[in-house]
Amino acid sequence: MLSSSRIKLFIPLVVFVLLALVFLQLEKRMISGDYDPSMLPSALIGKPLPEFNLATLDNPNTVITSINLNNKAALLNVWATWCVSCRVEHAYLNTLAEKGITIFGLNYKDDQQKANQWLTRLGNPYQLNLFDVNGKLGLNMGVYGAPETYVLDANGIVRYRHVGVVDENVWQSKILPLGLNW
Amino acid sequence: MIPEIGHFALLLCLPIAIFLASIPLLGAILGRPLWMRLGPLLALGQWLFLLLAFICLTHSFLTDDFTVKLVAMHSNSALPWYFKLSAVWGNHEGSLLLWVFILASWTLAVAYASQSLPLDMRARVLAVLGMISIGFLLFIIFTSNPFERLLLNPVADGNDLNPLLQDFGLIIHPPMLYIGYVGFSVAFAFAIAALMTGNLDAAWARWSRPWTNIAWAFLTIGIALGSWWAYYELGWGGWWFWDPVENASFMPWLAGTALIHSLAATEKRGVFRSWTVLLAILAFSLSLLGTFLVRSGILVSVHAFASDPTRGLFILAFLVLVIGGSLLLYAVKAPAIRSNAKFGLLSRENFLLVNNILLAIALSVVLLGTLFPLASSALNLGSYSVGPPYFNAMFVPLSLPMIVLMGIAPYISWKRSNKISAAIPKWLIAAFVALLLAGLATLSLSNQYQQDFNWLAFITLVVSLWLITSTALHMLSKAKHQQGLLTGFKRLSVSYWAMVIAHTGIAVAAIGIGLTSVYEQQKDVRMLLGDDISVSGYRYQLTAINTFEGPNFSGTRGDITVFDGDTVITVLQPEKRFYYAARNVMTEAAIDPGLTRDLYVALGEELEEGAWAVRVHVKPFVRCIWLGALMMAFGGLLAVTDKRYRSKRMLNA
Repeated sequence: MLSSSRIKLFIPLVVFVLLALVFLQLEKRMISGDYDPSMLPSALIGKPLPEFNLATLDNPNTVITSINLNNKAALLNVWATWCVSCRVEHAYLNTLAEKGITIFGLNYKDDQQKANQWLTRLGNPYQLNLFDVNGKLGLNMGVYGAPETYVLDANGIVRYRHVGVVDENVWQSKILPLGLNW
Repeated sequence: MIPEIGHFALLLCLPIAIFLASIPLLGAILGRPLWMRLGPLLALGQWLFLLLAFICLTHSFLTDDFTVKLVAMHSNSALPWYFKLSAVWGNHEGSLLLWVFILASWTLAVAYASQSLPLDMRARVLAVLGMISIGFLLFIIFTSNPFERLLLNPVADGNDLNPLLQDFGLIIHPPMLYIGYVGFSVAFAFAIAALMTGNLDAAWARWSRPWTNIAWAFLTIGIALGSWWAYYELGWGGWWFWDPVENASFMPWLAGTALIHSLAATEKRGVFRSWTVLLAILAFSLSLLGTFLVRSGILVSVHAFASDPTRGLFILAFLVLVIGGSLLLYAVKAPAIRSNAKFGLLSRENFLLVNNILLAIALSVVLLGTLFPLASSALNLGSYSVGPPYFNAMFVPLSLPMIVLMGIAPYISWKRSNKISAAIPKWLIAAFVALLLAGLATLSLSNQYQQDFNWLAFITLVVSLWLITSTALHMLSKAKHQQGLLTGFKRLSVSYWAMVIAHTGIAVAAIGIGLTSVYEQQKDVRMLLGDDISVSGYRYQLTAINTFEGPNFSGTRGDITVFDGDTVITVLQPEKRFYYAARNVMTEAAIDPGLTRDLYVALGEELEEGAWAVRVHVKPFVRCIWLGALMMAFGGLLAVTDKRYRSKRMLNA
């Protein structure tokens, strides 16, 4: 019979085994293609964006409840100034915007002043930036972190979700093959 | 030919590591001294062949051998030689080779610097290190061969090293970090060896202490370098992001800090033995976990290299074997009985216990914040994200009481403190001095940076100055007991000095973190040639804009002259660079460093009519963060030179 103080010594092992099971689950899902950290499955795919009611980044007095797509596909990019990867991504978003791709921004849990400074400094690829200061829309969309990019088709239906940096490779191999009207 | 030699040398290491993991251990179990004595020789052999492999890979990078896939993917003929060198470890395969080479170097150091260890203990420690080495060698050889060739489709030139990594800080940041990470394997090996024999005595703790200190000091330097690099290279003045990869290095640091203190209690008083062993296992396990998280691609981060899920599965299996195995050994063999040493409420034992509890909470906070998003998505509970706000909200209330207690701790003696009444006047003086100075400093800073009286800055200053004053008073009273103050200072033991320096380092870093966060000023402006702007009393004028050619990039450089009143302080030259091979643009900030403030200028985009977006920061006391870290690391290393370890060693010999 084990004494209770001896049983306590097993606690670290049990915690670790549970942790390892979580990792194993993740790894299995990664290998089966079910889980890609850069392509988290989203409940939103095939659906429109959840309802929202937000101000824009540059003007806190506006209220926006929908984004105007003009019958073209668009990207909705989740970003924040505290996100290092967003900085890496930003240059490529500028390139896409120059090519005439429509990009909307969702500024996520951020500081308004810093975010506006960021855009002045690095260029603004966004047609419009929603200011989601407490992450409400982000929560409804199931945002995992920043950067994240949602591909919307011309009818505003979410067709694809990419977690992590969008670059030339992602654009060419994941987003363009969706065959949307840009 | 040379890459094949390197590959062959790497392959040869595997049987050597297998021998190292088995022969000395069997010798220790069967009591065969000759087998045990083979350990150092095998450690030397493993090190020499890994050195050869590493030199071969470095040679391929330096000579632009683009038939080697790794070189083609991560280097470029136009790179300067020092970046070709750092490109060796600026990628997955090369950094693993560096990792296992550093492990072999630690193994070699243990083999030859521990002549005084009992033969069987040394044999077991080397065997445990050999087992870890086997795991990493298998991983490299089967999933991440750095010597793979591109013989069918040779390329004319390489892809280039990620421009973010083309930087002096990044040449030395990974090796320092790895020396720290891997260094915890020694404390781990000592713990496992002691668990095997069941003999967790003071001697075990004493042997582990210098190794733990060295590893911890290097890890501290590594983390500080990473933070410093992010500060000047990412171009927006941030110095810590709570990025998962940063957290992966911060967690072993927290465990290591707890381990250093817990080892002291175990060595001096024989208490917390089980806990100390657990911390030794934890510190190294967290280093491995960090590697797993980064290398498996489970985490998306700015540090993400090309990742491959099968690699992740391999590391996971290795992790389960090493961590699971050692925790099982711990559960079966660790002494369950509470040690007999009694200590009072006001005893150094108790203070070290509180220190450990606070550090363990801090560790759990970081671990949860890093893993919770992963766990919730693995279990389909939905996705959550935690950002810097979570970490900041948790860390400030944890670190402030810790710093307050650090000011009291040196006065408390082992077992039970009877000298409290003598200490109270000193504490009152220290508290008074801290309040006064902090009040004055906050007033003057608020005046200088035109802000209201800031309570967060004030509290940070109070606790930090309290720690410094209280420690200084303790040192003074300790030195006064001797004849003459100067002789007194000289007579203080090296390890005491080490504690004073490291603790003061914490206070200095806390001041830096607090004041930078509160008082930093930032302005983004559009500037034409000749325009000027004032930030925090300094006037910045754009005096020139020039284009220039670098070795593998073209750039634009601005001259920004900084005035204080009418005197020129400096001319800052921020750059914007376009790297040809990778086709991306990088910002090189220009910084005028100072202990009390950094003047930081970065060039943004070129705007219309020759105007430029320019960002100007004033970062008060930001340098204190890294100065503090260096002091901590220096303290950690200094403690190792204490003659206590040498004399004990001679006694043992």
